[in-house]
This record gives sequence, structure tokens and C-alpha cells, in this order.
Amino acid sequence: MALLTVSSPHAHGPMSTATVMRLVLLSTLPGVFALTYFFGFGTLSNILLASLLALGMEALILKIRKRPIGFYLNDCSALVTAVLLGIALPPASPWWILAVGILFAIVFAKHLYGGMGYNPFNPAMVGYVVLLISFPVQMTSWVAPIGTFNGEVLGPIDALMRTFSFSGVDAVTMATPLDVLKQNNSLLVEDLWASNSQFGTLAGVGWEWANIGFLLGGLYLLYRRVFTWHAPISMLLSLTLLSALFYDGGSSASGGSPLFHLFSGATMLGAFFIVTDPVTSAVSNKGRIIYGACIGILVYLIRVWGNYPDAIAFSVLLMNFAAPLLDHYTQPRTYGHKKKNLQKEAD
Amino acid sequence: MRKIWDIHGGVHPPENKTQSLQRGIENAGIPPVLVHPLSQHIGAPAAPIVEVGQRVLKGQMIAEAKGFVSVPVHAASSGTVSAIEHREIPHPSGLLAPCIVIDTDGKDEWIELDPVDDYTTLEKADLLHRIRDCGIAGMGGAGFPSAVKLSTRDDAVIDTLIINGTECEPYITADDMLMRERADQIIAGIKILQYLIQPTEQTLIGVEDNKPEGIAALRQAAEDSNIEIVVFPTKYPSGGEKQLIQILTGREVPSGGLPADVGIVCQNIGTTVAIHRAVQFGEPLISRITTVTGDACSAPGNFEVLLGTPVDYLLKLGGFNQAQCLRLVMGGPMMGFTLKDTSVPVVKTTNCLLAPTTEELPPPPPAQACIRCGLCAEACPVSLLPQQMYWFARGKEYEKLEDHNLFDCIECGACSYACPSNIPLVQYYRASKAEIRKQQQEKVKSEHAKARFEARQLRIEREEAEKEARRKARQEAAKKKAAAGKDPIKAAQEKAAAPAVDPAQAAIEKAMAKRSGAAPEESSEETLARLQKAVETAEKRLESASAKLKEAEAADAPNLGALQTAHERMTEKLAKAKEELQQHQQASSGASDTDDPAAAAIARAQAARASKEDKSPLEKAQEQVASLEKRLTKSEQKLAEAKESGSDTAEVLEQSTAKLREKLDSARAELAQISESEAPVAAAASTNDPAQLAIEKAMAAREAAAKLSPEDKARKALESLEARVEKTRAKLAEAEESGADTVEVLRDTLAKLEDKLAEARKDPGVEG
Ligand code: SF4
Ligand code: SF4
Repeated sequence: MALLTVSSPHAHGPMSTATVMRLVLLSTLPGVFALTYFFGFGTLSNILLASLLALGMEALILKIRKRPIGFYLNDCSALVTAVLLGIALPPASPWWILAVGILFAIVFAKHLYGGMGYNPFNPAMVGYVVLLISFPVQMTSWVAPIGTFNGEVLGPIDALMRTFSFSGVDAVTMATPLDVLKQNNSLLVEDLWASNSQFGTLAGVGWEWANIGFLLGGLYLLYRRVFTWHAPISMLLSLTLLSALFYDGGSSASGGSPLFHLFSGATMLGAFFIVTDPVTSAVSNKGRIIYGACIGILVYLIRVWGNYPDAIAFSVLLMNFAAPLLDHYTQPRTYGHKKKNLQKEAD
Repeated sequence: MRKIWDIHGGVHPPENKTQSLQRGIENAGIPPVLVHPLSQHIGAPAAPIVEVGQRVLKGQMIAEAKGFVSVPVHAASSGTVSAIEHREIPHPSGLLAPCIVIDTDGKDEWIELDPVDDYTTLEKADLLHRIRDCGIAGMGGAGFPSAVKLSTRDDAVIDTLIINGTECEPYITADDMLMRERADQIIAGIKILQYLIQPTEQTLIGVEDNKPEGIAALRQAAEDSNIEIVVFPTKYPSGGEKQLIQILTGREVPSGGLPADVGIVCQNIGTTVAIHRAVQFGEPLISRITTVTGDACSAPGNFEVLLGTPVDYLLKLGGFNQAQCLRLVMGGPMMGFTLKDTSVPVVKTTNCLLAPTTEELPPPPPAQACIRCGLCAEACPVSLLPQQMYWFARGKEYEKLEDHNLFDCIECGACSYACPSNIPLVQYYRASKAEIRKQQQEKVKSEHAKARFEARQLRIEREEAEKEARRKARQEAAKKKAAAGKDPIKAAQEKAAAPAVDPAQAAIEKAMAKRSGAAPEESSEETLARLQKAVETAEKRLESASAKLKEAEAADAPNLGALQTAHERMTEKLAKAKEELQQHQQASSGASDTDDPAAAAIARAQAARASKEDKSPLEKAQEQVASLEKRLTKSEQKLAEAKESGSDTAEVLEQSTAKLREKLDSARAELAQISESEAPVAAAASTNDPAQLAIEKAMAAREAAAKLSPEDKARKALESLEARVEKTRAKLAEAEESGADTVEVLRDTLAKLEDKLAEARKDPGVEG
């Protein structure tokens, strides 16, 4: 009789790691759509090329590490890394930028640390920061959104041409609104807003919509219980609180309103797609609240007083460092125990 | 509305309960063969009390409980015992274990039962005894002996009695059906429990809100009682004992503790019916309700099935289709275990047989890497960190695992259920627990060995020291006696009295030491007190051992095995102590025909000594000798008896007889010496009362001595000593030849005498 001998539980929940990853990919769609609408096909070309590179590198390194390639590619984690990096980079980034970014993300940040689940740092953010430090010019020149300057954005062919650095395609690039606000020290915020066509209702043109897109995707993931609310909400809260605290009503030295910060740059992408990366964040709910809040604070500090225009990547990486410590100090109290584990150890 | 607390975590697997709720409880009938495992409960397996070939009746006890944490096993139907052998039993590891196999005869003939109309006329202890004798063990899951669970310590105040009707596992509906159809019996059983436990505050039945019909039936049945039915939202694993307690009372059972520690006793709802039937009708636990379900069963439902019924028999009733089923689970999909073989029997804890199709419960996909998503920690009802424990388990970091409270894990499987990477987390925890337990057991074992060795060392040293002390004491006594040579009466008296405290006492001591390892001289009352105390301590120890064992079992602690052996040892000790006490009581109540000669000897010796107290020295001496003779005769007689019957007391008896003889001899020798040295009283020697003789002689000697010069006295003493040395030597030679065990005593005596003689010779004149 060939009855199976397996240990309990025999039932399994509907969630699988691959499902989680696919849901994450799916949820980036609104944001990606907004980016494409406002900034042209550059984001899509980023994503496309990054994905191909990521899958190729992942397969290669799995082969070198003698792991089952199909099994691991199937978990879609490399794809998520590629998509997030592709979204974070300036649209229609040249191919070599993408290649370097993916190389650092997949090979260095992920596989050299032991692969999926073992990486202490968020791979996409590692790739991003390496690029930002190495190629600051390319990394800070963002194509102009629709409706500014000549009003045209990159079409699909143009985007690919630009990606592969064929000459002839010259997109207009400009500083991002975050950058503009930071550089400003003479105009009142209100005047800056009026004099600059790239500012929209909440924040920058296009940016606000991209952020709304990622917010929607994030809410969907929250609804599907892919992650808990703790880290993203506490990050957004701390960012809001801090910017409200330092918002002086719009003087030339103002750091920007809470709304501006919430809907600028990669705030929502960071909150719902980066900060929630389970591998590199804190594990317990309490730990995640602290983790998220610290990222929010760091984001504001770096945005307003730091040297870089956006700060999600740095903040996340910094807190990746701190995650194990947070885990250690936020162990939950086990049922039937008076003290927390930690205190017990200290006794 | 009553306040309901929430537990941390939990999951919501598909309930799948409706399939088996389509029909009422059906009787599964009598299978041709019943297989009764001796261990269907937590604790020591029962011991068979029937033989192969013997006809047994339905409800007849076929194996008795062994030890405190154990329950007996009863035949579920009438028939013939066809085998007592190792068979596969339902167990996660597919164990072979001893079973009693009965070929049923279909007559289903009951043994005579002993119903009780009004249980309130019974003592609490009798009730517990009944529950135990009826073989009742927790029917919810673990199978913990109910009587043990119900016998709370006297000092524990129980304010809440909780009946667990949660049934939170998917698929299982046995309790639900029981509530729907037998709510009256449930309530009747709970009332018995109330009488037993006397909860000071409340009695609650906890039920998940997915059983509206069962709840309605219970409510109706409980209408006129003070039993409250508490309904709470469905969530797995609300039915874990600790979880249910938290939901209903907000209290947490301390880690490693018992519900009683927070004033609660918890029982499964199925168990209450069994208790009701056991008390009211005297019916032992021989059947239960088992759910047969899963898509591979065409007729899922609940069956009243005889314990011991082979699983395949029952599955057939459920329309089981083997071809569709890849795994067969006993229990639910969350905590049940797979069966390798369908020939295993239904046991007391079998609440469900789940035969799912492959689509229903597909084989587990290969595990992926942990992505530290924390869903497992989110799901854990105990607030553990399953992913951390998983890392530690993989790294075999057992200390860290224990620091992370691995042993508080109830193996509910919620974490594995939730894990998106399909990591079999619980499997890791089980393996680690087993490994840690093994290591601890080994540690305990080696510690035991060490302790034993040290104890032995100590004993040897102590014995040496005692020997030395005795030798010294004897030398002292010899000196004194030599010094007291001027007063032969006193000497004679001393002599006569001395043996009573010497060899006889030694015999007593030895006998006692042999039995209880107890200490020296004590009066009868002291012995009694000591033995009583021993029984008391043993009882106390046993109780605490049982409590500990219970806790350990409840908490699934690592030292379970060690505790079990400790518990068994305690039980043995208690039995021994009790036996001893009884023997002593018999002995001191003058039952000379007691079958413990040593105890009798002690009693008599002590009685004799006591009666000696208020008599003149002369009378004492007289009685001493007389009693010595009497004792010797008796002792010899007993020895003969013992030898004949081959009893193991023969050895002790032989020793004490020899010693008695020696003592008597030396007393007589003394007398003889006196008579030798004093001719005028020789006429009195015709008397055959040696004590009288001794006394008379001694008196005469004193008179004579008074007339003698010191030199004469000294000479006489010397002479007498010489004579004694001579005699002892002869006796020693004799003893050596016959290999008697008095040799040593004689040697001692001789040495002593020689010492004395040497001293006397050294200084003949001055002694006087
Ligand atoms: S649920 Fe599984 S993958 Fe997620 S943290 Fe726990 S063990 Fe890791
Ligand atoms: S099996 Fe253990 S660790 Fe997993 S959820 Fe249950 S109690 Fe928590």
C-alpha cells in the first residue's frame, strides 16, 4: 500500500512565494502606467531590459552555484528586483547603466550573500545606490514630463533607441521637482510653484500621478495581505509628521509640504514596494513599525538636508543594517511567559 | 454579553465540515476483529490481565492501569482473545506496540455493570477511581488520563471549569454531532465534573460559531443549569487548551504550568459523555464517535465506532475509494498524522479519519527559501518567531531554540500553513524537540550514574568509619569491664544486658537496614512514625512528580522521559513504603504469625526492652536470659520454616539466630565462670534457669569477692578471662569450620577478650 507519509499540517494556505511575487509585479502596473503616460516609454524600456538582464544573470549564477534554475527562476524574485530597479531609474536609461545596476543587485547584493532570503540588503536599492554614486549625472537627469517644454514624450522606438545609445534621439531632461525645491533658496514656495511648469497640483507633474498609482497598488497588496500595514504606514506617517513639523507655510527655505513629500519622488514606491520587502526588513510587527518610521525620518532628513535629491534608497539600506538589531529587541512575548525573551536572556 | 478575548495569530483554513454533517451518527457495528493497543493514552501502557484463548465480555477490563498516569483497556465487544502481540498502532511514526486482539463472536454480551443512581453519594476519590477504572482518557487529542487531570491538588482553588467544544480543526465534526444528538449526556457529564471539581465561579462550554445547531442543542439542554455556552469566532487553533482558556478568560497558563495554576480545569466535550456513561451506567470507554470524511469517501459521516475497530473496516462504511487517496490522515488536516497502513485500529483519541483526494490536499511542493515574510509569526497562536526557530533548527542551534521558547510550540501547524515558501516548519520543530529531549535524557542518565557512584563511595566510607567506631567503643567497654572486675554482679548484669544492645540490636538493625536502609536504634513508636513519614513523603513526592509529569506532558517539555521514569520510581517507592508501614503495624500489634520475621523480631525486642525499664536489675537480667532463650527457640523455628519455604528472609533469620545463640552462649559462659570460681553455690547450679543461676552465682561471687584480697580478685578475674578466651577460641574454630556467619562477631569478641586479658596480665595486683 503506497500511502504517503507526511507530517502535519496537511493543509496549506493559498499563498506561495511565487504568488506573492506575482502579486507584487501586478500591483506595480498603475504606477508604471502613470510613469509611462507622463514620461514616455522610457520606464517600460527600463523594465524590459532590466528584466531580461536579471533573468539571464540569475540563471547564470544559479548554474554556477549548481542550483535548479527553473525552480528558482519560478519564484519571480529576480523579476521583482528588475522591475523595481527599472522603475526607480530615470526613464530610458542607457543599457550599460541597467547592466551595472542589475549586476550589483542580482549578483552582489543577492547571490553573493547566499541567494533569495539570505540577502541583508534590498538588491534593487543596492543597484540603485551603486549607480547613483558612480554615475550621478545620468542618474539625476530625468526626462521632462508631458506638457512641459515641447510637450512630447518618448515613444517606444525612441525609448529603445535611447536605451541603446543610438544617436539622434535627444530627450529633454531636467531636474526633478524634489531637486528644484531643494536648490531653491530665493523664491517662496508659492512663487516657485507658479514659475515652474513641472509642478502640478500636489507635487510634480506626473510624479503625483505615479505616486498615486503606486499607492493604489500598495493598497491592493495590503488588501491581499501580502504584507502588513506596519512598515509602510509608519513610514508614511513619520514622513508626514516630520514634514508638517518643519513646514513653515512656504518660505524660500521651506522643506516642502507634507503632501509634496508624500507624492514626490519614490515615496509611495518606497513605502509599498521597497520598505515592505520582507527579506530585508524587520520581522516582528513592532520591529516593522520602528523600521518604517525610521525610514520615513531618514527620507525627510536626506531630502531636505542631504546631498542627494531623493532618499528612499539610502534610507532603506541604512535601515537594512539595523533590521537584525530591531528583530533582537522586538521579540514578542510568548504565550504563558511573563517576560520577553530578551529580558529572560539578560537575567 | 460575556467578554471574549482574542488570541494572537491563527489562520482560517477552509472548514470542510459540511460533508460529514449530512447524516446523523451511525453505528459502525461489530467488526470481526478488535485490536486493543495497550497504550492509547499518555502515560504508562496498561498491562494485560487476560490470556490468549480466554473468552471476554463486552466491557471487561483486559488490561489494567500501570502506575498513576495510566488507564486500563476494556474489551469493546464479547469474543475470544486470539493474540497478545505487537501490532502496528496509530502513531505518527508507525510504531509497533503490544495489542490485545479479540475475535468477536457477534453476541456483544455485556459484562455485569455497576451503575450508580446518585453519584453525589460517592466520595470524590471513588468517583475518580471509577473514571480511571473505566479507562477514560482525553478524547480530544492527546489522550491524557482524565482522572489525573481531574485530581487537582487540594490547595488549588479551581474557579472555572471549561469544556472544550471548539473543534477548530477543519473537516472534523464528531463533537459537533455529539452536541446535536447527545447534548443531554454532555450536560449530565459536566454536572458530574462540577460535583468533582466544585468550580467556585463558573462552568463554560466553549464552542466556535460555526456550529449553530450544536450550540442550540446545548443551550436547550443546559437551560436549567449554571452552565454557560460561550460562542466565539471560528479561527484555528482556538481549540488548543491554552488558547481556549485565553479566549474564554483572558488568562494565560504559565509556560510549563497547568491550567490549574490559573484556577482552571479543562475537559474535552467528548470526554464528558464518556464520564457520564462511566459514572451513571458503569460503562467503560469502549466506543467513540469518529468522523470519516474527505473526498475519497463517497459516504462521509460520523460513526459510533467500537474502540479497536480496524480503520479499513470503518473506511468501508464511509465509502472509501483507495484509488483516489494518496494519504490517509488520522485526525484533522492541521495536526493529524498519516497512516501507513489501514489495518491499525481506532483508539480512544481517534476523532477523525480523513481520506482526501490528491486534488483536495495535494502533496507538499518543494520548500523554497524563507523570505522572512513573517507570515508565520503572524499566524503563531503562541507568539513565537517561527522563522527564527527555523533558522536555528536548521543550524542545530538548540540552545537558541530553547531561548526562543521552542517548547512552548503546540505544533498546531498554523505557521506551516501560512508559509508562502512551503517550508515544513513544524517538522523542523518536532525533530529539534526530539533531539533536545534525547540529549537531556542522556545528560540525566549520566548524572544518575555519577550520583550512584558517589553515593556508593560515600556508603563505603561511612561503613568503614562505623566499623572503626565500633571497634573503639568495644575497646573502651573492655577497659571499663576490666576495671569493674571488683564487682562481679554488676559485671554479670552488664554482661547479661550488654548483648541485648549488642548482637540483638545489631540483628535488628541489620534486618531493618536491609529493608529500609534506615538508621539505628528506635522505639516501636519511632519506627511507626518514621515509616508513616516515609509513606507521607513518598506520597508527596509522587504527587509532585505526577504534577510535574502532567505539566511536562501538557507543555511537551524536553525532560518528559526522565520525568516518567522518576514518576515510576516514586510509585514503586510509595508502594514499598506502604508495605513496610503495614508490616510494621502488624508486627507491633503483636501478630507473631506475620510473614515478616524481621519486623516481628524488632517488635519483640523492643517490647522486651520496654518492659525491662521499670524492673530491678536482677529481674532484668533474669528476664533477659529467659527471653534470650525464648527468642532463640523461636528464631530457630522460624529459620527452619523459612528455609523450608525457601523464603528470602532465611538469610536474615540465620544471622539473627546465630547472633542470639552467641549472645546466649556468652551470657551462659559468664555464668559458668562465676560458678567455676565459686564452689559453694555449685548446688544451685542444678537449677535449669540460667538467669537465676547467673544472679545467684553473681551474688555469691560478690560475697566471696568481698572476702578476697585484691590479688585474689585480680587473679580470679584473670582466670575467668582466660577461660572465656579459651571458650571463644573454641567457638570461633567451630564457627570457622562450619562457615557460619557468626565468625566475624566471634573474632571481634575474641579480640576484645584478648585485649582485656593482656591488660589484666600486665597489671595483676593493682587492678583491685
Ligand atoms: S512564513 Fe515561511 S517564508 Fe515567511 S518568514 Fe515564515 S518561514 Fe519564512
Ligand atoms: S506550530 Fe508552533 S510555531 Fe507554528 S504556529 Fe503553531 S505554535 Fe507557533
